[in-house]
Amino acid sequence: MFTAFKRVIKSGWQSFRRNGGLSVATVFIMLMVIFLITSLYLLGGVTQFLIADLEEKVDISVYFKEDSSESNILKVKDEVAKIPEVKEIEYISKEEILDRFSQRYKDNQLLMESLQELGMNPFLPSLNIKAWQASQYGSVANFLENNSLKNIIEKVDYHERKPIIEKLSQITSNVNRVGLIFSITLAIVAVLVAFNTIRLAIYNLREEISIMRLVGASNWFIRGPFIIQGAIAGLVSAVISSLIVFAVCYFLSPKLEIVIPGFHLFNYLISNYLIVILGQFAIGVILGVFSSVIAIRRYLQV
Amino acid sequence: MAEEKPTRGRIFFEDQDIHKMKKSRLPRLRRKIGTVFQDYKLLPSKTAFENIAYVMEVMGASDKEIERDVPEVLEVVGLADKANNFPLQLSGGERQRVAIARALIHRPEVILADEPTGNLDPYNTSDIIKLLLRINELGTTVILATHNKGIINSLGRRVITLENGKVVRDEEKGKFRL
Repeated sequence: MFTAFKRVIKSGWQSFRRNGGLSVATVFIMLMVIFLITSLYLLGGVTQFLIADLEEKVDISVYFKEDSSESNILKVKDEVAKIPEVKEIEYISKEEILDRFSQRYKDNQLLMESLQELGMNPFLPSLNIKAWQASQYGSVANFLENNSLKNIIEKVDYHERKPIIEKLSQITSNVNRVGLIFSITLAIVAVLVAFNTIRLAIYNLREEISIMRLVGASNWFIRGPFIIQGAIAGLVSAVISSLIVFAVCYFLSPKLEIVIPGFHLFNYLISNYLIVILGQFAIGVILGVFSSVIAIRRYLQV
Repeated sequence: MAEEKPTRGRIFFEDQDIHKMKKSRLPRLRRKIGTVFQDYKLLPSKTAFENIAYVMEVMGASDKEIERDVPEVLEVVGLADKANNFPLQLSGGERQRVAIARALIHRPEVILADEPTGNLDPYNTSDIIKLLLRINELGTTVILATHNKGIINSLGRRVITLENGKVVRDEEKGKFRL
Protein backbone atom coordinates (compact mmCIF):
# COMPACT_ATOMS: atom_id res chain seq x y z
CA MET A 1 0.00 0.00 0.00
CA PHE A 2 2.75 2.41 1.01
CA THR A 3 4.84 1.35 -1.97
CA ALA A 4 1.92 1.96 -4.30
CA PHE A 5 1.37 5.41 -2.77
CA LYS A 6 5.04 6.23 -3.13
CA ARG A 7 4.98 5.11 -6.76
CA VAL A 8 1.87 7.16 -7.52
CA ILE A 9 3.52 10.31 -6.12
CA LYS A 10 6.78 9.62 -7.92
CA SER A 11 5.01 8.95 -11.18
CA GLY A 12 2.90 12.11 -10.83
CA TRP A 13 5.95 14.25 -10.20
CA GLN A 14 7.76 12.56 -13.09
CA SER A 15 5.03 13.28 -15.63
CA PHE A 16 4.67 16.83 -14.31
CA ARG A 17 8.36 17.34 -15.08
CA ARG A 18 8.46 15.46 -18.36
CA ASN A 19 5.33 17.03 -19.85
CA GLY A 20 6.98 20.41 -19.34
CA GLY A 21 5.00 22.42 -21.88
CA LEU A 22 1.68 21.12 -20.71
CA SER A 23 2.56 21.67 -17.05
CA VAL A 24 3.68 25.24 -17.69
CA ALA A 25 0.43 25.99 -19.55
CA THR A 26 -1.67 24.49 -16.75
CA VAL A 27 0.26 26.33 -14.05
CA PHE A 28 -0.05 29.58 -15.99
CA ILE A 29 -3.83 29.30 -16.33
CA MET A 30 -4.26 28.31 -12.70
CA LEU A 31 -1.98 31.16 -11.70
CA MET A 32 -4.29 33.60 -13.49
CA VAL A 33 -7.30 32.11 -11.73
CA ILE A 34 -5.77 32.27 -8.26
CA PHE A 35 -4.42 35.76 -8.88
CA LEU A 36 -7.81 36.95 -10.10
CA ILE A 37 -9.67 35.53 -7.12
CA THR A 38 -7.11 37.03 -4.72
CA SER A 39 -7.44 40.40 -6.45
CA LEU A 40 -11.21 40.23 -6.09
CA TYR A 41 -10.77 39.52 -2.39
CA LEU A 42 -8.43 42.50 -1.97
CA LEU A 43 -10.74 44.70 -4.03
CA GLY A 44 -13.52 43.68 -1.66
CA GLY A 45 -11.30 44.93 1.19
CA VAL A 46 -10.84 48.30 -0.53
CA THR A 47 -14.58 48.64 -1.12
CA GLN A 48 -15.39 47.75 2.49
CA PHE A 49 -12.88 50.33 3.66
CA LEU A 50 -14.38 53.02 1.45
CA ILE A 51 -17.90 52.21 2.59
CA ALA A 52 -16.88 52.13 6.25
CA ASP A 53 -15.09 55.43 5.78
CA LEU A 54 -18.20 57.03 4.31
CA GLU A 55 -20.45 55.57 6.98
CA GLU A 56 -18.08 56.83 9.65
CA LYS A 57 -18.82 60.37 8.49
CA VAL A 58 -22.57 59.99 8.96
CA ASP A 59 -24.21 60.61 12.31
CA ILE A 60 -27.37 62.08 13.78
CA SER A 61 -27.73 64.58 16.56
CA VAL A 62 -30.47 64.87 19.14
CA TYR A 63 -31.00 68.38 20.50
CA PHE A 64 -32.58 68.84 23.89
CA LYS A 65 -34.70 71.72 25.11
CA GLU A 66 -32.79 74.46 26.80
CA ASP A 67 -34.20 73.80 30.23
CA SER A 68 -33.69 70.05 30.28
CA SER A 69 -31.53 68.83 33.14
CA GLU A 70 -28.27 67.04 32.50
CA SER A 71 -29.42 63.99 34.48
CA ASN A 72 -32.39 63.54 32.17
CA ILE A 73 -30.22 63.88 29.10
CA LEU A 74 -27.80 61.29 30.51
CA LYS A 75 -30.76 59.03 31.16
CA VAL A 76 -31.69 59.22 27.47
CA LYS A 77 -28.05 58.64 26.59
CA ASP A 78 -27.94 55.43 28.66
CA GLU A 79 -31.11 54.15 27.07
CA VAL A 80 -29.93 54.88 23.56
CA ALA A 81 -26.59 53.20 24.31
CA LYS A 82 -28.52 49.99 24.98
CA ILE A 83 -29.82 49.80 21.40
CA PRO A 84 -27.74 47.19 19.59
CA GLU A 85 -27.59 49.26 16.39
CA VAL A 86 -25.77 52.10 18.17
CA LYS A 87 -22.01 52.09 17.82
CA GLU A 88 -21.06 55.32 19.56
CA ILE A 89 -22.82 57.97 21.56
CA GLU A 90 -21.45 61.26 22.85
CA TYR A 91 -22.98 63.86 25.10
CA ILE A 92 -22.13 67.44 24.20
CA SER A 93 -23.13 70.04 26.76
CA LYS A 94 -24.07 73.62 25.95
CA GLU A 95 -20.70 74.89 27.14
CA GLU A 96 -18.76 72.36 25.18
CA ILE A 97 -20.54 73.15 21.97
CA LEU A 98 -19.88 76.85 22.47
CA ASP A 99 -16.23 76.06 23.07
CA ARG A 100 -15.98 74.00 19.91
CA PHE A 101 -17.79 76.67 17.92
CA SER A 102 -15.55 79.48 19.14
CA GLN A 103 -12.49 77.37 18.54
CA ARG A 104 -13.53 76.59 15.00
CA TYR A 105 -14.58 80.08 13.94
CA LYS A 106 -12.13 82.11 16.00
CA ASP A 107 -10.82 83.74 12.83
CA ASN A 108 -14.26 84.64 11.58
CA GLN A 109 -14.75 88.04 13.14
CA LEU A 110 -18.30 88.56 12.01
CA LEU A 111 -19.51 85.36 13.65
CA MET A 112 -17.60 86.05 16.85
CA GLU A 113 -18.97 89.54 17.09
CA SER A 114 -22.56 88.45 16.62
CA LEU A 115 -22.07 85.80 19.26
CA GLN A 116 -20.85 88.45 21.69
CA GLU A 117 -23.72 90.71 20.72
CA LEU A 118 -26.10 87.95 21.72
CA GLY A 119 -24.66 87.92 25.23
CA MET A 120 -25.74 84.35 25.94
CA ASN A 121 -25.08 80.76 24.86
CA PRO A 122 -27.44 80.10 21.94
CA PHE A 123 -26.64 76.42 21.64
CA LEU A 124 -28.66 73.45 22.81
CA PRO A 125 -27.20 70.43 24.59
CA SER A 126 -27.10 67.44 22.30
CA LEU A 127 -26.29 63.76 21.89
CA ASN A 128 -24.25 62.73 18.92
CA ILE A 129 -25.12 59.21 17.78
CA LYS A 130 -23.31 56.91 15.39
CA ALA A 131 -24.83 53.65 14.19
CA TRP A 132 -22.99 50.65 12.79
CA GLN A 133 -24.63 51.00 9.41
CA ALA A 134 -26.28 53.86 7.55
CA SER A 135 -29.51 51.89 7.23
CA GLN A 136 -29.89 51.71 11.02
CA TYR A 137 -30.43 55.40 11.69
CA GLY A 138 -34.13 55.13 10.95
CA SER A 139 -34.75 52.78 13.82
CA VAL A 140 -32.61 54.86 16.20
CA ALA A 141 -34.57 57.98 15.32
CA ASN A 142 -37.77 56.06 15.73
CA PHE A 143 -36.71 54.91 19.20
CA LEU A 144 -35.99 58.49 20.27
CA GLU A 145 -39.31 59.78 19.04
CA ASN A 146 -41.23 57.20 21.03
CA ASN A 147 -39.15 57.51 24.18
CA SER A 148 -40.76 58.34 27.56
CA LEU A 149 -38.53 61.39 27.83
CA LYS A 150 -39.39 62.64 24.38
CA ASN A 151 -40.82 65.88 25.78
CA ILE A 152 -37.32 67.12 26.64
CA ILE A 153 -36.16 66.56 23.07
CA GLU A 154 -36.19 69.65 20.89
CA LYS A 155 -35.50 67.84 17.63
CA VAL A 156 -33.76 64.92 16.01
CA ASP A 157 -31.98 65.94 12.87
CA TYR A 158 -32.50 62.56 11.25
CA HIS A 159 -35.30 63.86 9.05
CA GLU A 160 -33.12 66.59 7.62
CA ARG A 161 -30.38 64.13 6.86
CA LYS A 162 -32.66 61.31 5.88
CA PRO A 163 -32.28 61.67 2.09
CA ILE A 164 -28.48 61.62 2.32
CA ILE A 165 -28.42 58.72 4.76
CA GLU A 166 -30.84 56.71 2.68
CA LYS A 167 -28.92 57.40 -0.46
CA LEU A 168 -25.71 56.30 1.20
CA SER A 169 -27.22 53.12 2.53
CA GLN A 170 -28.60 52.39 -0.93
CA ILE A 171 -25.21 52.97 -2.54
CA THR A 172 -23.41 50.73 -0.06
CA SER A 173 -25.87 47.89 -0.51
CA ASN A 174 -25.67 48.30 -4.30
CA VAL A 175 -21.89 48.33 -4.30
CA ASN A 176 -21.88 45.22 -2.13
CA ARG A 177 -24.37 43.41 -4.32
CA VAL A 178 -22.77 44.34 -7.64
CA GLY A 179 -19.34 43.50 -6.25
CA LEU A 180 -20.53 40.09 -5.11
CA ILE A 181 -22.19 39.24 -8.44
CA PHE A 182 -19.16 40.50 -10.33
CA SER A 183 -16.78 38.46 -8.17
CA ILE A 184 -18.83 35.28 -8.39
CA THR A 185 -19.19 35.55 -12.16
CA LEU A 186 -15.50 36.15 -12.70
CA ALA A 187 -14.59 33.36 -10.31
CA ILE A 188 -16.87 30.91 -12.13
CA VAL A 189 -15.41 31.87 -15.51
CA ALA A 190 -11.89 31.49 -14.16
CA VAL A 191 -12.62 28.10 -12.62
CA LEU A 192 -14.17 26.86 -15.87
CA VAL A 193 -11.13 27.96 -17.86
CA ALA A 194 -8.78 26.17 -15.49
CA PHE A 195 -10.97 23.08 -15.50
CA ASN A 196 -10.98 23.00 -19.30
CA THR A 197 -7.23 23.41 -19.50
CA ILE A 198 -6.72 20.39 -17.29
CA ARG A 199 -9.35 18.49 -19.25
CA LEU A 200 -7.53 19.18 -22.50
CA ALA A 201 -4.24 18.14 -20.92
CA ILE A 202 -5.74 14.82 -19.90
CA TYR A 203 -7.44 14.44 -23.29
CA ASN A 204 -3.97 14.55 -24.82
CA LEU A 205 -2.95 11.68 -22.60
CA ARG A 206 -5.97 9.45 -23.27
CA GLU A 207 -3.84 7.05 -25.32
CA GLU A 208 -1.50 6.57 -22.36
CA ILE A 209 -4.44 5.98 -20.07
CA SER A 210 -5.75 3.23 -22.33
CA ILE A 211 -2.29 1.59 -22.41
CA MET A 212 -2.14 1.64 -18.64
CA ARG A 213 -5.53 -0.03 -18.52
CA LEU A 214 -4.46 -2.70 -20.99
CA VAL A 215 -1.42 -3.71 -18.97
CA GLY A 216 -3.67 -4.26 -15.99
CA ALA A 217 -3.30 -1.11 -13.90
CA SER A 218 -6.17 -0.56 -11.48
CA ASN A 219 -8.19 2.63 -11.80
CA TRP A 220 -6.58 4.18 -8.74
CA PHE A 221 -3.12 3.39 -9.97
CA ILE A 222 -3.92 5.26 -13.19
CA ARG A 223 -5.83 8.11 -11.59
CA GLY A 224 -3.33 8.68 -8.78
CA PRO A 225 -0.49 10.25 -10.76
CA PHE A 226 -2.89 12.58 -12.59
CA ILE A 227 -4.33 13.77 -9.30
CA ILE A 228 -0.83 14.32 -7.93
CA GLN A 229 0.03 16.22 -11.10
CA GLY A 230 -3.05 18.43 -10.63
CA ALA A 231 -2.13 19.03 -7.01
CA ILE A 232 1.45 19.92 -7.91
CA ALA A 233 0.24 22.35 -10.58
CA GLY A 234 -2.08 23.91 -7.98
CA LEU A 235 0.69 24.20 -5.39
CA VAL A 236 3.17 25.73 -7.82
CA SER A 237 0.55 28.23 -9.03
CA ALA A 238 -0.33 29.15 -5.45
CA VAL A 239 3.32 29.75 -4.52
CA ILE A 240 3.96 31.94 -7.58
CA SER A 241 0.69 33.78 -7.13
CA SER A 242 1.45 34.50 -3.44
CA LEU A 243 4.80 35.97 -4.38
CA ILE A 244 3.26 38.13 -7.09
CA VAL A 245 0.42 39.31 -4.86
CA PHE A 246 2.76 40.29 -2.03
CA ALA A 247 5.15 42.06 -4.41
CA VAL A 248 2.36 43.92 -6.23
CA CYS A 249 0.72 45.01 -2.98
CA TYR A 250 4.07 46.14 -1.56
CA PHE A 251 4.75 48.44 -4.51
CA LEU A 252 1.16 49.49 -5.14
CA SER A 253 0.38 50.30 -1.52
CA PRO A 254 1.99 53.78 -1.31
CA LYS A 255 0.42 54.81 -4.62
CA LEU A 256 -3.01 53.60 -3.58
CA GLU A 257 -2.71 55.49 -0.31
CA ILE A 258 -2.55 58.74 -2.27
CA VAL A 259 -5.90 57.95 -3.90
CA ILE A 260 -7.54 56.46 -0.81
CA PRO A 261 -6.05 58.16 2.25
CA GLY A 262 -5.87 55.95 5.31
CA PHE A 263 -6.00 52.68 3.41
CA HIS A 264 -2.75 50.76 3.47
CA LEU A 265 -3.10 47.86 1.06
CA PHE A 266 0.03 46.02 2.15
CA ASN A 267 -0.94 46.21 5.82
CA TYR A 268 -4.41 44.97 4.90
CA LEU A 269 -2.78 42.03 3.12
CA ILE A 270 -0.46 41.32 6.05
CA SER A 271 -3.33 41.37 8.53
CA ASN A 272 -5.19 38.90 6.31
CA TYR A 273 -2.15 36.94 5.14
CA LEU A 274 -3.27 33.65 6.62
CA ILE A 275 -6.61 33.65 4.85
CA VAL A 276 -5.01 34.88 1.61
CA ILE A 277 -2.26 32.26 1.57
CA LEU A 278 -4.43 29.39 2.75
CA GLY A 279 -7.12 30.47 0.30
CA GLN A 280 -4.69 30.48 -2.59
CA PHE A 281 -3.37 27.04 -1.73
CA ALA A 282 -6.85 25.67 -1.21
CA ILE A 283 -8.08 27.06 -4.53
CA GLY A 284 -5.02 25.73 -6.36
CA VAL A 285 -5.05 22.24 -4.94
CA ILE A 286 -8.82 21.76 -4.98
CA LEU A 287 -9.06 23.06 -8.54
CA GLY A 288 -6.20 20.85 -9.72
CA VAL A 289 -7.38 17.72 -7.98
CA PHE A 290 -11.08 18.04 -8.82
CA SER A 291 -10.48 18.90 -12.45
CA SER A 292 -8.21 15.88 -12.81
CA VAL A 293 -10.66 13.54 -11.11
CA ILE A 294 -13.57 14.70 -13.26
CA ALA A 295 -11.58 14.84 -16.50
CA ILE A 296 -10.08 11.39 -16.14
CA ARG A 297 -13.35 9.71 -15.26
CA ARG A 298 -14.48 9.22 -18.83
CA TYR A 299 -11.25 7.53 -19.88
CA LEU A 300 -11.44 4.97 -17.12
CA GLN A 301 -14.77 3.46 -18.06
CA VAL A 302 -14.27 -0.07 -19.52
CA MET B 1 -8.42 -8.17 -23.10
CA ALA B 2 -12.15 -7.49 -22.82
CA GLU B 3 -11.69 -4.16 -24.55
CA GLU B 4 -14.53 -4.79 -26.96
CA LYS B 5 -17.56 -7.00 -26.62
CA PRO B 6 -18.18 -9.75 -29.20
CA THR B 7 -21.44 -9.27 -31.12
CA ARG B 8 -22.07 -12.98 -30.67
CA GLY B 9 -20.42 -15.83 -28.83
CA ARG B 10 -18.43 -15.86 -25.62
CA ILE B 11 -14.79 -15.58 -24.59
CA PHE B 12 -13.39 -17.66 -21.76
CA PHE B 13 -10.19 -17.30 -19.81
CA GLU B 14 -9.51 -19.83 -17.08
CA ASP B 15 -13.11 -21.08 -17.34
CA GLN B 16 -14.53 -17.63 -16.78
CA ASP B 17 -16.67 -15.72 -19.25
CA ILE B 18 -14.71 -12.48 -19.32
CA HIS B 19 -17.64 -10.37 -20.44
CA LYS B 20 -19.68 -11.46 -17.44
CA MET B 21 -16.91 -10.50 -15.06
CA LYS B 22 -17.15 -7.43 -12.84
CA LYS B 23 -15.28 -4.51 -14.38
CA SER B 24 -13.27 -4.09 -11.22
CA ARG B 25 -11.85 -7.60 -11.73
CA LEU B 26 -10.61 -6.89 -15.25
CA PRO B 27 -7.24 -5.39 -14.24
CA ARG B 28 -6.42 -8.60 -12.37
CA LEU B 29 -7.32 -10.67 -15.44
CA ARG B 30 -5.19 -8.48 -17.68
CA ARG B 31 -2.19 -8.98 -15.43
CA LYS B 32 -2.29 -12.69 -16.23
CA ILE B 33 -1.99 -12.02 -19.95
CA GLY B 34 0.96 -10.42 -21.68
CA THR B 35 -0.03 -8.42 -24.75
CA VAL B 36 2.04 -7.29 -27.74
CA PHE B 37 0.34 -4.86 -30.13
CA GLN B 38 1.01 -3.94 -33.73
CA ASP B 39 1.50 -0.29 -32.72
CA TYR B 40 3.61 -1.20 -29.64
CA LYS B 41 1.52 0.90 -27.21
CA LEU B 42 4.43 2.06 -25.11
CA LEU B 43 4.04 4.95 -22.67
CA PRO B 44 5.79 7.82 -24.48
CA SER B 45 6.80 9.70 -21.35
CA LYS B 46 8.50 6.70 -19.78
CA THR B 47 11.87 5.18 -20.69
CA ALA B 48 12.23 1.58 -21.90
CA PHE B 49 13.15 0.55 -18.37
CA GLU B 50 10.18 2.39 -16.84
CA ASN B 51 7.76 0.99 -19.42
CA ILE B 52 8.68 -2.52 -18.40
CA ALA B 53 8.90 -1.67 -14.70
CA TYR B 54 5.37 -0.17 -14.87
CA VAL B 55 3.84 -3.63 -15.25
CA MET B 56 5.73 -4.86 -12.21
CA GLU B 57 4.65 -1.80 -10.24
CA VAL B 58 1.07 -2.54 -11.21
CA MET B 59 1.52 -6.09 -9.92
CA GLY B 60 2.87 -4.74 -6.65
CA ALA B 61 6.43 -6.04 -7.04
CA SER B 62 9.08 -4.61 -4.73
CA ASP B 63 11.71 -2.14 -5.92
CA LYS B 64 14.31 -4.82 -5.40
CA GLU B 65 12.52 -7.26 -7.71
CA ILE B 66 12.15 -4.54 -10.34
CA GLU B 67 15.86 -3.71 -10.15
CA ARG B 68 16.65 -7.40 -10.60
CA ASP B 69 14.15 -8.50 -13.28
CA VAL B 70 13.95 -5.56 -15.69
CA PRO B 71 17.64 -5.56 -16.73
CA GLU B 72 17.40 -9.32 -17.11
CA VAL B 73 14.47 -9.17 -19.52
CA LEU B 74 16.06 -6.26 -21.40
CA GLU B 75 19.04 -8.54 -21.87
CA VAL B 76 16.77 -11.27 -23.25
CA VAL B 77 15.33 -8.93 -25.91
CA GLY B 78 18.79 -7.50 -26.64
CA LEU B 79 18.18 -3.94 -25.44
CA ALA B 80 20.33 -3.79 -22.32
CA ASP B 81 22.05 -0.67 -23.64
CA LYS B 82 18.80 1.15 -24.45
CA ALA B 83 17.25 0.97 -21.00
CA ASN B 84 17.17 4.75 -20.55
CA ASN B 85 15.89 5.63 -24.01
CA PHE B 86 12.39 6.93 -24.51
CA PRO B 87 10.20 5.14 -27.11
CA LEU B 88 10.64 8.00 -29.56
CA GLN B 89 14.39 7.44 -29.47
CA LEU B 90 14.01 3.79 -30.50
CA SER B 91 13.45 2.18 -33.92
CA GLY B 92 10.27 0.23 -34.70
CA GLY B 93 11.95 -3.11 -34.09
CA GLU B 94 13.42 -1.90 -30.80
CA ARG B 95 10.09 -0.56 -29.64
CA GLN B 96 8.45 -3.89 -30.38
CA ARG B 97 11.16 -5.67 -28.41
CA VAL B 98 10.48 -3.36 -25.46
CA ALA B 99 6.80 -4.25 -25.82
CA ILE B 100 7.65 -7.95 -25.79
CA ALA B 101 9.86 -7.47 -22.74
CA ARG B 102 6.93 -5.74 -21.06
CA ALA B 103 4.60 -8.59 -21.96
CA LEU B 104 7.13 -11.05 -20.61
CA ILE B 105 8.30 -9.43 -17.40
CA HIS B 106 5.61 -10.78 -15.08
CA ARG B 107 5.80 -14.33 -16.48
CA PRO B 108 2.22 -14.47 -17.73
CA GLU B 109 0.52 -17.73 -18.64
CA VAL B 110 -0.45 -16.43 -22.08
CA ILE B 111 1.09 -13.89 -24.42
CA LEU B 112 -1.29 -12.40 -26.94
CA ALA B 113 0.62 -11.00 -29.91
CA ASP B 114 -1.69 -9.07 -32.21
CA GLU B 115 0.11 -8.51 -35.52
CA PRO B 116 3.40 -7.84 -33.73
CA THR B 117 5.35 -7.63 -36.99
CA GLY B 118 2.77 -5.65 -38.97
CA ASN B 119 4.86 -2.46 -38.92
CA LEU B 120 8.30 -4.05 -39.20
CA ASP B 121 10.76 -4.85 -41.99
CA PRO B 122 11.72 -8.50 -42.73
CA TYR B 123 14.89 -8.39 -40.56
CA ASN B 124 13.08 -7.13 -37.50
CA THR B 125 10.18 -9.47 -38.23
CA SER B 126 12.46 -12.47 -38.11
CA ASP B 127 14.05 -11.26 -34.83
CA ILE B 128 10.66 -10.79 -33.19
CA ILE B 129 9.39 -14.21 -34.27
CA LYS B 130 12.56 -15.87 -32.97
CA LEU B 131 12.03 -14.10 -29.67
CA LEU B 132 8.43 -15.30 -29.45
CA LEU B 133 9.55 -18.84 -30.26
CA ARG B 134 12.06 -18.75 -27.42
CA ILE B 135 9.41 -17.49 -25.04
CA ASN B 136 7.14 -20.33 -26.13
CA GLU B 137 9.90 -22.87 -25.57
CA LEU B 138 10.27 -21.60 -22.01
CA GLY B 139 6.66 -22.66 -21.36
CA THR B 140 4.42 -19.69 -22.12
CA THR B 141 1.48 -20.07 -24.49
CA VAL B 142 1.84 -17.58 -27.35
CA ILE B 143 -1.18 -16.65 -29.43
CA LEU B 144 0.07 -14.92 -32.56
CA ALA B 145 -2.38 -13.17 -34.86
CA THR B 146 -0.90 -12.47 -38.28
CA HIS B 147 -1.54 -12.26 -42.01
CA ASN B 148 2.09 -13.04 -42.83
CA LYS B 149 2.24 -16.19 -44.93
CA GLY B 150 5.99 -16.61 -44.50
CA ILE B 151 5.79 -16.57 -40.72
CA ILE B 152 2.99 -19.13 -40.56
CA ASN B 153 4.60 -21.52 -43.00
CA SER B 154 8.02 -21.31 -41.36
CA LEU B 155 6.66 -21.96 -37.87
CA GLY B 156 4.76 -25.17 -38.59
CA ARG B 157 2.66 -24.86 -35.42
CA ARG B 158 -1.04 -25.10 -34.66
CA VAL B 159 -2.91 -22.75 -37.00
CA ILE B 160 -6.46 -21.53 -36.41
CA THR B 161 -7.95 -19.75 -39.42
CA LEU B 162 -10.70 -17.19 -38.96
CA GLU B 163 -12.97 -15.99 -41.70
CA ASN B 164 -15.62 -13.33 -41.13
CA GLY B 165 -15.30 -13.82 -37.41
CA LYS B 166 -15.76 -17.60 -37.54
CA VAL B 167 -13.25 -20.41 -37.05
CA VAL B 168 -13.02 -22.18 -40.40
CA ARG B 169 -9.95 -24.39 -39.77
CA ASP B 170 -7.98 -25.60 -36.79
CA GLU B 171 -4.93 -27.71 -37.74
CA GLU B 172 -2.26 -29.17 -35.47
CA LYS B 173 0.54 -28.41 -37.96
CA GLY B 174 -1.01 -25.88 -40.28
CA LYS B 175 -0.02 -23.88 -43.34
CA PHE B 176 -1.22 -20.57 -44.69
CA ARG B 177 -3.98 -21.25 -47.18
CA LEU B 178 -6.24 -18.87 -49.05
